[in-house]
Amino acid sequence: MASTLFDKVWQAHAVRELPSGQTQLFIGLHLVHEVTSPQAFQMLREAGLSVPYPERTVATVDHIIPTHTDMRPFDDEQAEGMMSAIERNCKEFGIRLLDRSSGDQGIVHVVGPELGLTQPGMTIACGDSHTSTHGAFGAIAFGIGTSQVRDVLASQCLAINKPKLRRVEVDGELKSGVYAKDVILHIIRKLGVKGGVGYAYEYAGSVFDRMTMEERMTVCNMSIEGGARCGYVNPDQTTYEYLRGRPMAPSGAAFDRAVEWWRSMASESGASYDDVQVLDGSDLAPVVTWGINPGHAIGVDEKIPHVSEYDADDRQTVEDAHGYMGWKPGQTLRGTKIDVAFIGSCTNGRISDLREAAKIAKLGKVKSHVKALVVPGSQDVARQAEAEGLPEIFREAGFEWRLPGCSMCLAMNPDKLIGDQVCASSSNRNFKGRQGSPAGRTLLMSPAMVAAAAIEGAVSDVREMIGEEAKS
Amino acid sequence: MSELVSVKQVSGRPIPLRGNDIDTDRIIPARFMKAITFDGLGELAFHDERFTADGEPKDHVMHDPRFIAKGDRVAVVNKNFGCGSSREHAPQALLRWGIKALIGETFADIFYGNCIANGMPVATADAATIERLMKAIEEDPAHDLTIDVEARTATYNGESYAITIPDGIRQQLLEGTWDATRVLVAGAEQVAETAKNLPYVDGF
Repeated sequence: MASTLFDKVWQAHAVRELPSGQTQLFIGLHLVHEVTSPQAFQMLREAGLSVPYPERTVATVDHIIPTHTDMRPFDDEQAEGMMSAIERNCKEFGIRLLDRSSGDQGIVHVVGPELGLTQPGMTIACGDSHTSTHGAFGAIAFGIGTSQVRDVLASQCLAINKPKLRRVEVDGELKSGVYAKDVILHIIRKLGVKGGVGYAYEYAGSVFDRMTMEERMTVCNMSIEGGARCGYVNPDQTTYEYLRGRPMAPSGAAFDRAVEWWRSMASESGASYDDVQVLDGSDLAPVVTWGINPGHAIGVDEKIPHVSEYDADDRQTVEDAHGYMGWKPGQTLRGTKIDVAFIGSCTNGRISDLREAAKIAKLGKVKSHVKALVVPGSQDVARQAEAEGLPEIFREAGFEWRLPGCSMCLAMNPDKLIGDQVCASSSNRNFKGRQGSPAGRTLLMSPAMVAAAAIEGAVSDVREMIGEEAKS
Repeated sequence: MSELVSVKQVSGRPIPLRGNDIDTDRIIPARFMKAITFDGLGELAFHDERFTADGEPKDHVMHDPRFIAKGDRVAVVNKNFGCGSSREHAPQALLRWGIKALIGETFADIFYGNCIANGMPVATADAATIERLMKAIEEDPAHDLTIDVEARTATYNGESYAITIPDGIRQQLLEGTWDATRVLVAGAEQVAETAKNLPYVDGF
C-alpha cells in the first residue's frame, strides 16, 4: 500500500508504544537555543541525568543576542546571564555550541539547514515553535516545550501522539512580486489559525515543486501559525542539490547512498490522507496582515474586512484586532504609514530573501521617518551577502545592516518597537506586543514588500516597483 | 528523578479567561523570558493585558475583586488557547499565578503538551458547556471549580459538566507518569536499537 513520508518517518523512529498510548519517538537532530534550554539543563542536573547522544544535539544563540555589537559582556545583564548559561551547559554536557566566535552562529532554523544538519527523513525537535521550518527537507520537525527539551536531552526521544495528516496542495504559477511568504499567509488565511490543530501538513502541488529550498523553508516555518505542529515538503532533486557539499551532509559515496534513502522516504502517489485541501496560487497578490494573528491577512489591494465577514468564532478576535490596530474596516492597507521596516527572522532572513529585498532597495531611499533594519539570519548569510555587495546596497538606501539573530521578530534583544509604532515586518507573528512594545503594531509581508514599504514610507505594492526595476 | 505524583482531582477558585486564539506572547511577553529559571513568572502572567505602559492596572478579570481569592485556581477558556510560541513559560506563569488546571473548548497542541508535562490537567468541553460554565462562574464566583480526572467531570456550585480528557492523558495524570522523562529513559536499550536501524545515525 502506498504510504506517506510522514508515516514512513514516524515508523522508522518509533521506539515503542508507551503505556499512555503515546509513541516514544527517536529524535535524529535536536537543536537548542539560549531561551528555552537553561531550565531543561537544570532539571537534568537536579535529576542526576546525563545526555546519552550529545553528538545529536547542536546549540546556537539567537533570541537574546544583540545585533549591533559583538562585545561581551552584553549591556543587558539578563541576556549576558543567559549567554553564560548556554556556554556553561554546552560545555558540561559536551554539546557543540555555534556562538559568534565559531563563524556558524545564527538563527537556529537558518543554521541547521545551511550546515547540512537538517536532512530528509529525519525527526527534528527544538524548543521553538518554528522548528516546523526543517520540514522543507522532508523531515518531521516539532517545536517542543522546555520539559520536552529535557526529555530529548535525557533520552533522545519524545513522548508524543501521532497527529493526523493533511495534504495542502497549491497549484498554478505565482505572479511576479508574489513570494513564498504570500503563499503561506494565504494558506493560513484560508485554513485558519486553528485549522491545523491536531494535524501535520504535507505541502504539495506545482507551486511547491518549483520552489527553492529557501522558499520551502519560509512556507514550512509558518505551519505553526496555522495551528499545525509540523509541515513538510517531500524531498526531490532540489533538496538533494541543496544538501550536496554542505559541511554536515554526507559526501562522496555516502551522499549517493543518502539520496537513495531520502528518495525512498518520500510520499508515494496514491497514499491516503486524513484531509486534502486544494488552493490556487495563480491569482495571488502580495499579502499583508492587518490584525493580531497571521490569519488576519489580505491582498494588498483588498479592504480590511468587517466583523460580519467572519464566522462567529472569529468575530471577537477580529473586533479586538480592529481596536488594537486602529484601522477601519473597509479601508485598504495600501498607503498606511509605517515607522519601522524589519527584514530578517527564521521566516525570511536567508540570502535569497536579502537578494529580493536588495533589488527593491536599489530603487530608492528609505523615507526619513522610517527606521529600517536588515538582520541576516546567520553569519553565513551575512558572509554571502557581503560577497555580493548587499550590505552596501542596503546602507546606501538608508537601511541599517546588523549582525545575525532573531532581533525584532520577538524583541528579546535591544531591537524593539516603541509605543504604537507600525512595523512592516518579514517575520512570522503579528501578535499584540510581539515586537517588544505592548502597543506595537506588526504588518507581516514578504521581504520585498517590506523593502518597498521602507522606500515609500507606507504600505505599497511591490509589483509596481518590480515594473520599474525591469525598466531601469 | 522526582517521585511519581498522581493528579486525581484539582479544585480551586474559578477564573474565566474569555476569548479565542489567546497566544502565549499574551500569556507571557517575551521580554520576561530573559531568565534562566521560571521563578517570578506568576506575577507577570498576562502582564500587558493587565497593566498599562505606566504600570497602572487595567480593567481585567485577573484584577476583578470577585476573582482574586488566594490559593489554587482553575481557569476556563475558549478556543485555541495557548497558540503561537512553544514557550513553556506560558503554563509556568499560569501555574505560578495559581492556575493548577484548565478547561476550554480547544487548546493549541504544544501548549497542551506543556501543561500535561507539568502535571496540569487540561480538559476540553463543547462550546455550549463552556459558555454555561463561564456564565455560572460569572454569576456567582464564590465556589470552587473541581476537575475530577478519574470521573472526567467538572463540578461547579452543585452542577456537573461533561469534560473530555483523552484516555492516555488521564492515565498519565492518574499514574503520575505525566513527567515523561522516567519512562523515556527506561527505554534506552530499545532507543539504541532504533538508532542502529536509521542509516543517517552513522552517516550512511
